[in-house]
Amino acid sequence: MSSVEAVVTSADADDGHAVAELVGVSKSYAGGVAALRSVDMVVEYGELLAIVGPSGSGKSTMLNLIGTLDRPSSGTVCIDGFDVATLSDRQLSALRSRRIGFVFQQFHLAAGRDALGNVADGLLYTGAGRRDREQRAEAALTRVGLGKRLTHRPYQLSGGERQRVAIARAVAGDPPLLLADEPTGNLDSVAGGGVMELLHELHQSGTTILVITHDREIADSLPRQVQMRDGQVV
Amino acid sequence: MSRPNAPGLIDARRRGTSPGDRKRAREALRPARLRTSDLIRLGGYGLRLRPLRAVLSALGIAIGIAAMIAVVGISASSHADLDRELAKLGTNMLTVSPGKTMFGEQATLPDESVAMIKRIGPVQSATATGVVGTAHAYRNDRIPAAQTGGLSVVAAKLDLLDTVGAELSRGVWLNEATDRYPTVVLGATAAERLGTGPTVYIGGRSWVVVGVLQKVALASELDTSVITGWPAATTYLAFDGHPTTVYTRSVESQVEAVRAVLGATADPSAPSEVDVSRPSEVLSLRRATNATFTSMLLGLGSVALLVGGIGVANTMVISVLERRSEIGLRRSLGATKGQIRTQFVAESLLLSLIGGAAGALMGYLVTGSYALTQGWPTVVPPWVLAGGVGATVAIGAIAGLYPAIRASRLAPTEALAAA
Repeated sequence: MSSVEAVVTSADADDGHAVAELVGVSKSYAGGVAALRSVDMVVEYGELLAIVGPSGSGKSTMLNLIGTLDRPSSGTVCIDGFDVATLSDRQLSALRSRRIGFVFQQFHLAAGRDALGNVADGLLYTGAGRRDREQRAEAALTRVGLGKRLTHRPYQLSGGERQRVAIARAVAGDPPLLLADEPTGNLDSVAGGGVMELLHELHQSGTTILVITHDREIADSLPRQVQMRDGQVV
Repeated sequence: MSRPNAPGLIDARRRGTSPGDRKRAREALRPARLRTSDLIRLGGYGLRLRPLRAVLSALGIAIGIAAMIAVVGISASSHADLDRELAKLGTNMLTVSPGKTMFGEQATLPDESVAMIKRIGPVQSATATGVVGTAHAYRNDRIPAAQTGGLSVVAAKLDLLDTVGAELSRGVWLNEATDRYPTVVLGATAAERLGTGPTVYIGGRSWVVVGVLQKVALASELDTSVITGWPAATTYLAFDGHPTTVYTRSVESQVEAVRAVLGATADPSAPSEVDVSRPSEVLSLRRATNATFTSMLLGLGSVALLVGGIGVANTMVISVLERRSEIGLRRSLGATKGQIRTQFVAESLLLSLIGGAAGALMGYLVTGSYALTQGWPTVVPPWVLAGGVGATVAIGAIAGLYPAIRASRLAPTEALAAA
């Protein structure tokens, strides 16, 4: 496995941009807690990788920075070629709406909306019309194997199915980057295995997927692992 | 290890902060506008999360709006009824009655005053009644003299009915023959008190009841009168022949001019001892005394509206607190701060508009049912409906703005962590 430094060099060399590129990124919170210390990392298009580490290692901070939900204290974060530091909050929102899909441990599904509605609402901020959103949502749900569960509310679905809905929501807009934060954390091993299988399938069809997990076993099942400890990549 | 290279890796855009890059970023990263239909659905979505709470806080607004619309509507309906009544009765009637002399005694009008008033150009008709102060009417001769029942015996000219706009409820009015003999026509109230016997007892003899009047709006004193012919009163009741009230009708446009000369015409020797009044004005004033009551109710209505607005604000603040993770999710899906803000303002506007619409309906129904019991036409002026909607929108916007701003300022990471 190539070192992080080598990755950076290669990205610079081929004169293109990576889907996510972190150079010398540090993040410290009020009170002087340093969550990240000078992290360098590159995620190329089409990768499936894990950021793995124990709690407190800074992997959630990595998710927030790569997901442009937060800005680094120092260093450069580039997502799909855009330097986050130069973008306004509005532009970051637009970036997230079309280029990043999120999958959360707690699913974050709207209880009052059925599966189709939940996925379609994920496209609300892309500017697509309602009909278009629903068509793409149906396609995404079919893709994750829930084509027959369109009108089910979250409480009528199993945990694994809920996470599939959340994944459908994240990929419905075909973002270049899918961020999955502990996607199996709230699932039993069978449902978790199913979700990981789905992520592999999506990866096979070309989606770049970054999984954040504390679970070594899950991390080892992915082509690439970035290990974190005490705010640094090891 | 080998990392797969995706298509599109070699791209025109490059990492950097040159002005050209910034321009490209501006163009590529323009947030999409939320469609109005989506915004309305977003607002409705929030309300459907907690239907009971939405209903209760909309109720506050509804009560406030209903109170204000009902108050204005009832007062407008009352005025519409008055206008209708006045249009029927006419506002061109003036009455002349004797005032007090310089020494505080009851003055009298000259016997010729009616004839003199008739000579004023714009006066179309004039007639008179004279109270027979010495006589009282009783049901029969067994009634003690002190039980007058608050009724007065009044002598009237034959043309009284046309001038005051009175109508008979039964029987006939006096005529050239009957006004010389002991016959009477009873006012509406007098008829109730004296019963339905064929005769009444006045001044030691029985008088035949030939007719009964309906209530007279512009001359309510006739309701408690027992009306005899002028000659009969003189013959049988020692009536002094002095008119105590002269009723006149004038050309509508000249009523004020007539009013100015009426006192001097009625009693040229002592114009200051004559009282002139316009009964339609008295009628209007009686209704107008309700104005203080109306403004008090309006005040109560606006307090209810204020409390309703606070209720909406409270609901929205709680809603924002509870829905932090939803806000975080929406931010992660690409919602801008402005879109979060708009969503919550839309929710608040929708909430208060629902309340306002329900309140307008309630206010209209209250006005309608009250007007129905009073026999009034139902009138809710359009401006009060427009004002109600305007107030509702203003309250919704103000109540929703602060919670919405709080929601939009929530850091996405913090909001997501709240789950």
